[in-house]
Amino acid sequence: MPWDRNQMAERAGQELQDGWYVNLGIGIPTLVANYIPQGVNVTLQSENGMLGMGPFPVDGDEDPDLINAGKQTITELPQTAYFDSAQSFAMIRGGKIAMAILGAMEVAENGDLANWMIPGKLVKGMGGAMDLVAGVGRVVVVMDHASKHGESKVLHRCTLPLTGAGVVNRIITNLGVLDVVPGGLKIVECADGVTEAELRAATEATIIG
Amino acid sequence: MRKIYPSAAAALEGVLFDGMTIAAGGFGLCGIPELLIGAIRNAGTKNLTIASNNAGVDGFGLGILLTTRQVRKMISSYVGENAEFMRQYLSGELELEFNPQGTLAERLRAGGAGIPGFYTRTGVGTVIAEGKEHKEFDGKTYILERGIISDLAIVKAWRADPSGNLEFRKTARNFNPPAATSGRICVAEVEEIVPLGALDPDKIHLPGIYVHRLIQGAHEKRIENRTVRPRAAAEA
Repeated sequence: MPWDRNQMAERAGQELQDGWYVNLGIGIPTLVANYIPQGVNVTLQSENGMLGMGPFPVDGDEDPDLINAGKQTITELPQTAYFDSAQSFAMIRGGKIAMAILGAMEVAENGDLANWMIPGKLVKGMGGAMDLVAGVGRVVVVMDHASKHGESKVLHRCTLPLTGAGVVNRIITNLGVLDVVPGGLKIVECADGVTEAELRAATEATIIG
Repeated sequence: MRKIYPSAAAALEGVLFDGMTIAAGGFGLCGIPELLIGAIRNAGTKNLTIASNNAGVDGFGLGILLTTRQVRKMISSYVGENAEFMRQYLSGELELEFNPQGTLAERLRAGGAGIPGFYTRTGVGTVIAEGKEHKEFDGKTYILERGIISDLAIVKAWRADPSGNLEFRKTARNFNPPAATSGRICVAEVEEIVPLGALDPDKIHLPGIYVHRLIQGAHEKRIENRTVRPRAAAEA
């Protein structure tokens, strides 16, 4: 059985290291907050101007002045700090955020990432994703291995407009974990019950080794 | 020097003109200058270029200026929650300049700080970099982005004192300080104007030098994406 959304988020949680400041993107990456390993202390950054993001509020406690980058109501923690958007992206651009975990539409074997638009169809915008991939220490992508039509989203070259060129370090999909290395992708592990042959067959990108 | 005005309409008197550039604070619907947006709609000012991270939603926030066709161009990072925006953009009625969120924030900050441009890694190798100067520093490629000086900045804060010192609340600060500094004129709307001396000078988020006009009013503060845990589960 390939991993489901929560298992992918749990696997992504293993990427977190004690003391890190981390930015989680919208979608499956948001779920990673539920799978921070025991004994690992990470501070979550929300690029709309907050370090130390807490859980969703209990019903009735929501505050319109307190939201995350997905515009969801959230809560603060004892270590929370607020700041403006220029300061927020100064810490992102300045390399102070150790890692970003982001969703993707396509990833390529050279580390190119596309996750912000489909020309003529979907025009939403890049939000903070371009700044994040250009600025943070490490970029981990979490996404389904294939599109709804069964086509590999792990490609030789991205077909969609890029969010960043050569920016992805690690890819976690429902089928396994791959690293971007010189010459292509390297299999780190397969999801439970997925064989290496199945992972290779589902991947358009060059897998080396 | 009297900064306090009786209404949003009064605070905008003499500063609006067709074709002007406006920088607006807010992230989604959080911390948006909803009273000033309403007054700009009522004033009917046209052909606006608006620099704002988002464009509101249909019928609220900057979305109301899209409905009335007062906007010629948006400079934004994310416009996903606005069907009317999408319709006008795809039909060519509305111009859209996508800016990465941090680039937009820094363009506003730089404009207000007297910095005409800055180099950033953000967007290198993407469509954002097309037509922009590229330059290498220490073996890495950067692109040149320009500062934004706006004709008018409209921002929303929590509290102000009569000198224009502003205090924001939680994540409602977001783009408001950089947008405010970018303005040749900045009008701020707040929930409460407190007497001089009531704000702790060490806890002022934006000094009054950046704020020229000030109004106080009741805010709807609509929540875009209410997300909660059931109370019983949280207490278990």
